[in-house]
Amino acid sequence: MSEKLSTIDLVNKNLARRYRREKRFRAYGIASIMFGLLCLVILFADIIGKGHSAFLQTYVRLNVELSAEALGISDINDPSQFVRANYDGVLRNALRERFPEVNKRREKRNLYGIISNGAGYQLRDLLEQNPQLINTRVDIWVLADDDYDTYYKSRSSDGSEAYTGRFSETQIGWIEALIADGVVEKRFNRTFFQAGDSREPEQAGIRGAMMGSLYTLIVTFVLSFPIGVAAAVYLEEYAHKNRFTDFIEVNINNLAAVPSIIFGLLGLAIFINFFSMPRSIPLVGGIVLTLMTLPTIIISSRAAIKAVPPSIREAALGIGASKMQVILHHVLPLAMPGMLTGAIIGMAQALGETAPLLLIGMVAFIVDVPGGITDPSTVLPVQIFLWSDSPERAFVERTSAAIMVLLGFLIVMNTLAVLLRRRLERRW
Amino acid sequence: MEATVGSANTIGKLNSEAPVSKATANYKEQAAGKTVGIPFVEHPKMSMRDVQVYYGDKQAIFDVGLDIGKNEVVAMIGPSGCGKSTFLRCLNRMNDTIDICRVEGSLKLEELDIYDPKLDVVPLRARVGMVFQKPNPFPKSIYDNVAYGPRIHGLVSRKSELDEIVETSLRRAGLWEEVKDRLLSPGTGLSGGQQQRLCIARTIAVSPEVILMDEPCSALDPIATAKIEELIAELSANFTIAIVTHSMQQAARVSDRTAYFHLGKLIEVNETEKVFTNPDHELTEAYITGRFG
Repeated sequence: MSEKLSTIDLVNKNLARRYRREKRFRAYGIASIMFGLLCLVILFADIIGKGHSAFLQTYVRLNVELSAEALGISDINDPSQFVRANYDGVLRNALRERFPEVNKRREKRNLYGIISNGAGYQLRDLLEQNPQLINTRVDIWVLADDDYDTYYKSRSSDGSEAYTGRFSETQIGWIEALIADGVVEKRFNRTFFQAGDSREPEQAGIRGAMMGSLYTLIVTFVLSFPIGVAAAVYLEEYAHKNRFTDFIEVNINNLAAVPSIIFGLLGLAIFINFFSMPRSIPLVGGIVLTLMTLPTIIISSRAAIKAVPPSIREAALGIGASKMQVILHHVLPLAMPGMLTGAIIGMAQALGETAPLLLIGMVAFIVDVPGGITDPSTVLPVQIFLWSDSPERAFVERTSAAIMVLLGFLIVMNTLAVLLRRRLERRW
Repeated sequence: MEATVGSANTIGKLNSEAPVSKATANYKEQAAGKTVGIPFVEHPKMSMRDVQVYYGDKQAIFDVGLDIGKNEVVAMIGPSGCGKSTFLRCLNRMNDTIDICRVEGSLKLEELDIYDPKLDVVPLRARVGMVFQKPNPFPKSIYDNVAYGPRIHGLVSRKSELDEIVETSLRRAGLWEEVKDRLLSPGTGLSGGQQQRLCIARTIAVSPEVILMDEPCSALDPIATAKIEELIAELSANFTIAIVTHSMQQAARVSDRTAYFHLGKLIEVNETEKVFTNPDHELTEAYITGRFG
């Protein structure tokens, strides 16, 4: 017989191996977290790398002769003349003055393309504010066209080969000449945050989609939270456990797994076709997303209600609180943080949801910023989808910028939720 | 007080001189038959007859008949799972919260039929309050804990009256001196014993006629337990109390009569002193001498 080891020797012998295992076990967790963080960093780096340039916009300074004759304004007190005035004409004159060598028709048209076709409106706004400028010569900064914008941005950031796209040598010559004049400048892109969608990238903004998302989410929250909580309260507190409630429970879980596009079809069939509600409006979008969010809210609310210690219920019942008082005074306040978490998860899902909204027409090209829940609008993810599909190069950076806005929206929502939950939890 | 001290001493004696000769082989058989002792009193506050309780198909309480006299303290003892807590919870219909629980028999609070289907449990529970095993203050301030009952029942119309009720209740629960400077701090921040006294204050704030206590000291240390027991003795001047306890010493110290439950049956009810010195039933004796439990 070999020497028999005592228990403590055996324990010590195995100790090293046990510690190694512990370390490995912990390393798995750390590795998973690192993987998650890495994905996040790559995602953010990519989006921010592509999208940050959309927050700047190229402007060109033009020396414009604002002759009343060229504008076609004879009476500065007549507002209708300001509406009809030939702003594009004077801007074109200014361009021709700068590049007198251009005289072929086709070349001229290309030349006019340096500035955005929204520049006329910019000039109109200026003159409506300051009619005394008529018959003077002013330097104004106007929006550059998106192709030149893209060229200028890629040129200055690298200093090397710029993105020329469809440009001819002459076009590059023009913009280089303007740059050499020092009349090209990048400024903060206010349009992006103030305008609705547009076919012209330099005039396109995210505000329409942002407001659309906001209205849609408000409708979704206002409908889904009370309905979800009420359903959860009934199922947890009142409903008897029987086949029927089991059936309901199974179906709520099923509902959570139904593909969202089917909710879109349902919304199209019921709200738009049957109830004849208008297309493309946040009200219908909100109702459809409510259907989608409800299961999430119900399931998490039920879990939160279940987690309220039974002793609290008993205590309240024991001194003669009615069922409703137990629920309103004790169960709901204690379950509220959990229910809010569920609601926020549901809302975050709803914010990112695209498919059902496509079907109810929120994919339409809508230029105006919506002013209410019944104005046609689109939402952030749909806007991202629309822009990512656009051929213009300048929409690439705008797509990424829109994603950044969407993520910002999400971060704000989640932060709010966490803060709110902390506040409520402190009452424990 | 003297009487309780006496009983405690007799228990000590009993434990050492316990006769072991009695047959205790088949307790199940012995449990059959009528309750011995004096289960019924004249002019009871609560009177229960032929009470059967079922959990689904399983019967938990068999033919229990018991009276609780006015301003009396009745202790219910017995091994775990004997049905004493179940029985106690029938007295203010706390068993209603359990879906599968069914109660039969006649249970009366004075002339009121407790299990009348038309009866509203809210006023019943205002008359029959309950203190639970684990201290369960609401996650609110001490003041709001005590004020909760009077508020929901609309017992007061002015803040000053409410203040008065809160102070009286806390004083009666022996907690006032300890918490009077921090009435607005959370009730959950108190120690275990203080929390339980807070729960008692909360119960007596609605001035119930009967207080049910379900092992109120089982989660407390001996000093906190002693305080609660003292409190029960004081409260018995104004309230009728039914207390379930695992501690025989506690039953001996606080109660007037003691009821011994065994496997869902009420075996014996007698004057507390008699139960602990000279019980009528063999099972009771076996239990109090610690031969099982």
